[in-house]
Amino acid sequence: MRLLTLLVCSVAAMAQTPQSVDARLAALDTAVKSAQSAGDNAWMLTSAALVLMMTGPGLALFYGGLVRRKNVLGTMMHSFILMAVITALWAIVGYSLAFAEGNPVIGDLRYAFLRGVGIAPNPDYAGTIPHQTYMVYQLMFAVITPALISGAFAERMKFSAMLLFTVLWALLVYFPMAHMVWGKGGLLNAALGGKIPCFDFAGGTVVHITSGVSALVCALYLGKRVGYPHEQMKPHSVVLSVIGACLLWVGWFGFNAGSALAASGLATSAFVATHFGAAAAALGWMFAEWIRTGKPSVLGAVSGCVAGLVAITPASGFVQPFPALLIGFLAGIVCYFMATMVKHKFGYDDALDAFGVHGAGGTLGAILTGIFATSAINDGFKDSAGKVLALGWVDGNAGQVLNQLIGTAIAWGLAIVGTLIILKICDAVIGVRADRDDEIQGLDLSMHGEEGYFFET
Amino acid sequence: MKKIEAIIQPFKLDPVKEALKAIGIDGMTITEVRGHGRQKGHKEVYRGQEYNVDLLPKMKLELVVADARLDEVLRALTTAARTGKIGDGKIFVYDVAEAIRIRNDDRGEAAL
Repeated sequence: MRLLTLLVCSVAAMAQTPQSVDARLAALDTAVKSAQSAGDNAWMLTSAALVLMMTGPGLALFYGGLVRRKNVLGTMMHSFILMAVITALWAIVGYSLAFAEGNPVIGDLRYAFLRGVGIAPNPDYAGTIPHQTYMVYQLMFAVITPALISGAFAERMKFSAMLLFTVLWALLVYFPMAHMVWGKGGLLNAALGGKIPCFDFAGGTVVHITSGVSALVCALYLGKRVGYPHEQMKPHSVVLSVIGACLLWVGWFGFNAGSALAASGLATSAFVATHFGAAAAALGWMFAEWIRTGKPSVLGAVSGCVAGLVAITPASGFVQPFPALLIGFLAGIVCYFMATMVKHKFGYDDALDAFGVHGAGGTLGAILTGIFATSAINDGFKDSAGKVLALGWVDGNAGQVLNQLIGTAIAWGLAIVGTLIILKICDAVIGVRADRDDEIQGLDLSMHGEEGYFFET
Repeated sequence: MKKIEAIIQPFKLDPVKEALKAIGIDGMTITEVRGHGRQKGHKEVYRGQEYNVDLLPKMKLELVVADARLDEVLRALTTAARTGKIGDGKIFVYDVAEAIRIRNDDRGEAAL
């Protein structure tokens, strides 16, 4: 009886919906697209939040632990306040300069004040997520990049000068570099019509080379901290740095796997490559240090993990898991030597090794991406006939290494020239270096009127 | 009255307190201090930068006892604080001119 009722009902239902097959297919198509959009958008919003977590608390803790106690708040503030400063700048003009179509070097102002950046997807960048999701995801990259530089000028830069420096640096270095590599029509954009296609999945050139090389310029321009290297400048809490590095490791999944811009298989392989790179680099640095100094330091292991995450960043959506291990392991060893031997040999005071880790690791990663990128992982690059293109040297496209070198050279050049000009401007307007007395007192008290720790209260 | 100032290994603080309590000594003042005698410090390395740490953490114990109890207290203290290795610390004994209990103005050994 119930079966009969069901049958009658469904026949009646069919009779009541005289839709054509086309209309029903269209409805199905919309439903499928909406489902994919829901999945992709969920992952991308999560990724955006993960990348913000890398700056605060991740980088703030990692850097905050490495400085002396009198500078812990000032150092954490360098990271934290950029979450506010760059966000405002991004809304006004930053997103447009980086991602609007313009010339090969910089975007135009069509998205200024986020005009036209709404819920409808921008199919040039990511066709399944709201344009605003893409915009806010990219914002998080713009936040962390200048924060990375603060590792080089830690413990001695005036706060006001640091704010001006950061705003100018975003305008003159970051936005152009992001546009060249990721913006539509950018000079180095491999997917959207660049003249010199350069593979940078999640920001090896855009984020790490620009910040790392600018860090070196800052360290040289500002000079050494008072008392460096004769006075004790031990990290005041390696514990904070370990927590910070672990948060960076987790946040980096949003950074790299999120750069697939969808909850796709490519996101999975970027996730895996990222994890393998970090793990191998922690081992690389630890063993290098163990062999050279006789002890595997905890700070060394976590620094190695960060170096590996840096190096795997440009490669993460292009390489197989095993090359990811190799890239990470090499980065751990190379960055160990940069942060210890090279820095001491040349005597520059890159206080928290922003250049040694991000500049060196980013450069290594950018070049190795040209070697190990393979269409077996990323088949998104096709010629006009729709044939999947060979990507890196392992695919037989040795010329890609040259493109990577060109992209790397442009990032280095832009960072050096841009940062020097900006430092000169800041020095003339405000003065970049804290007064000697302020520096000796510590930036927490002299710049912010606070102290990080009270053990008496 | 004698003042005993003992600089001991931090991990020996609890055994020393217990040993003193066992012979009826309850009052003392503790300060966390740093220093070194013959004990050499150690080397720490942070990102390749070496630091020699030669001032090591110690505990400074201060207590004042009646003259008659001095030997007994010193015996308990040295026994409890000793490991037999360099770095065990030192004890200094001073004469005390006066002791005053602030609460009720007790003077001398009655104030201890």
